[in-house]
Amino acid sequence: MVGGLFIIITSQNYLKKVVGLAIFQTAVFVFFVSLAKVLDGTAPILTKMANAYSNPLPHVLILTAIVVGVATSALGLALVLQIYKNYETIEEKEIESLELKSDK
Amino acid sequence: MFDIFLDDAPALVVVLPLLISAIIAFMPSKIWPWIISIFTLLLHLFLSLHLLKEISVSGLIIYEFGNWEPPWGISFKIDGVNIGLQLLFSIFVLVSTFYSRKIFLNEIDYRDSGKAYSLWLLAVGSLNGIILTNDIFNLFVFLEISALASISLIALGAGQNRKALLAAFNYLIIGAIGATFYVIGVGFAYAMTGTLNMNDLVIQLAQYSDGQLAIFAGMSFMLIGLMVKAAIFPVHIWLPPAYSYAPSAVSTLLAALATKTILYFFVRLLYEVFIIYPSYLSLFLDFVLYPLSLLAIFIGTVIAIYQDDIKKLLAFSSIAQIGYITLAFSLKDHSGVASGFVHIFNHALIKGGLFMAVGYFAILYKDRVTLNSLKGFGYKYPITSFALLICGLSLIGLPLTNGFISKLYLFQALYTNQMYFSIALVAVSSALAVVYFWKIVEQMWFSEVKFKSEKEDAYIYLPIWIVTISIIVFGIYSTPIIEFSNLSADYLISGYQN
Repeated sequence: MVGGLFIIITSQNYLKKVVGLAIFQTAVFVFFVSLAKVLDGTAPILTKMANAYSNPLPHVLILTAIVVGVATSALGLALVLQIYKNYETIEEKEIESLELKSDK
Repeated sequence: MFDIFLDDAPALVVVLPLLISAIIAFMPSKIWPWIISIFTLLLHLFLSLHLLKEISVSGLIIYEFGNWEPPWGISFKIDGVNIGLQLLFSIFVLVSTFYSRKIFLNEIDYRDSGKAYSLWLLAVGSLNGIILTNDIFNLFVFLEISALASISLIALGAGQNRKALLAAFNYLIIGAIGATFYVIGVGFAYAMTGTLNMNDLVIQLAQYSDGQLAIFAGMSFMLIGLMVKAAIFPVHIWLPPAYSYAPSAVSTLLAALATKTILYFFVRLLYEVFIIYPSYLSLFLDFVLYPLSLLAIFIGTVIAIYQDDIKKLLAFSSIAQIGYITLAFSLKDHSGVASGFVHIFNHALIKGGLFMAVGYFAILYKDRVTLNSLKGFGYKYPITSFALLICGLSLIGLPLTNGFISKLYLFQALYTNQMYFSIALVAVSSALAVVYFWKIVEQMWFSEVKFKSEKEDAYIYLPIWIVTISIIVFGIYSTPIIEFSNLSADYLISGYQN
């Protein structure tokens, strides 16, 4: 999780930022799934063998969050593509210097 | 037969815009997406009025999706806190949609207008979901739908200025980090309590009466995530570029309503759920929210003075105005919360009106509106300019406008809490607001250049004037806003005092 956040903050490349965001979000998803584990629990399918079940609700929540995450990444990548088409670079520093030039 | 629909009104106000948005997404026509949106939002307003009628009878509606009882199912809750906001939301969205047609036609390719209105309705539906939802995870979903829809809308501004892409990208990254922080908080809360329903959360939290580290960590994560989304001072940096490079119609919608709905949920979470730990709450309010609001008011106003670009100026003044709202909410008593709600209502109208007027100027001028480009506009386009003047005076807080009512209630609330330093700061910041607004007025009316008045488009100035007149009306006859705000505060504060 911290790794993902680190990538977002430090990297100068917009593409890497989107990837960092995805890593950051995935870490949170894993955190949620780990909450669901019940000691000695099996998959939440009704059988006579099991005496405890894992909690299925966090899994469902994360299923929703994964969809949201996919949409976020997709939109992020689409924006990076558009930025590349308009600026012909996706490096933060180069874009900043381009903008400074155009402001003058 | 119609009653079947009315029973489901709480769900329909959210679901209807979302459904219609899918239908109109691929319409290549110039006008049909707009007409369908207008009809959808008229129906939306009708449903909101129906909800108001129901609330005035029963006082509380809990709508269970699929008849799954809470805490198992997702539920929507409508009570005194959010009915006023729901009504304002419905009306303002309708007016700004009416305004948006000519603006969109000028700023984006007409073949895209189906997609633009599809995103527009998506944003409307999900923001409305934030107002109504009673489930903390459901809120995250609506938060992300609204963020993605508004990011795409902001990126549509790239046809005018390619910086819109950068603004949208920054919003995406910062917004997604905020939302993910919120989800971490939800995870902690769920791990400790096993529930996501807000009412049930209060009950379950009561068993940890002295609090647990995991809960405090979770609460802090949730609050920080929401602060990013609501653009509260140090984490506001995504807002000014996003508002100023978005297409004008989009800036209007976002500036007036997007941050307000999130602020509403923020205060609801504070006073309805976290109230169970008064020491934590007062720690957060006194040592985090209160100083940050003062900084936001001061710094936002000062930066606004040095802006040349009018839309950026308005965006920074929004930061200051959000500061006023959070300052009121940090007061922990009835008068504070009520004055916060008063300012939510009034500021939505004021900023909406200002962005509408400036957006129209941007189209007339065919470029970004800077201070210099406004020379002589007061004579060239008198109708819109006069509306801008009234909205601006209201922003400063002159009597006879609704901005005055906000300031009055805020001062009263601060006075009863004996916060004289804040009173002084708010007064100074109002005076500084005169400075940046006067710069605009000076360019518009007192510059050398004189123009003859030109014809203005009635489709655009009518919605602007609807907002402007409502500003004056609520400045003189402020009872409805005050009553709705007091109602909200009654509901929220009653929990605090028990």
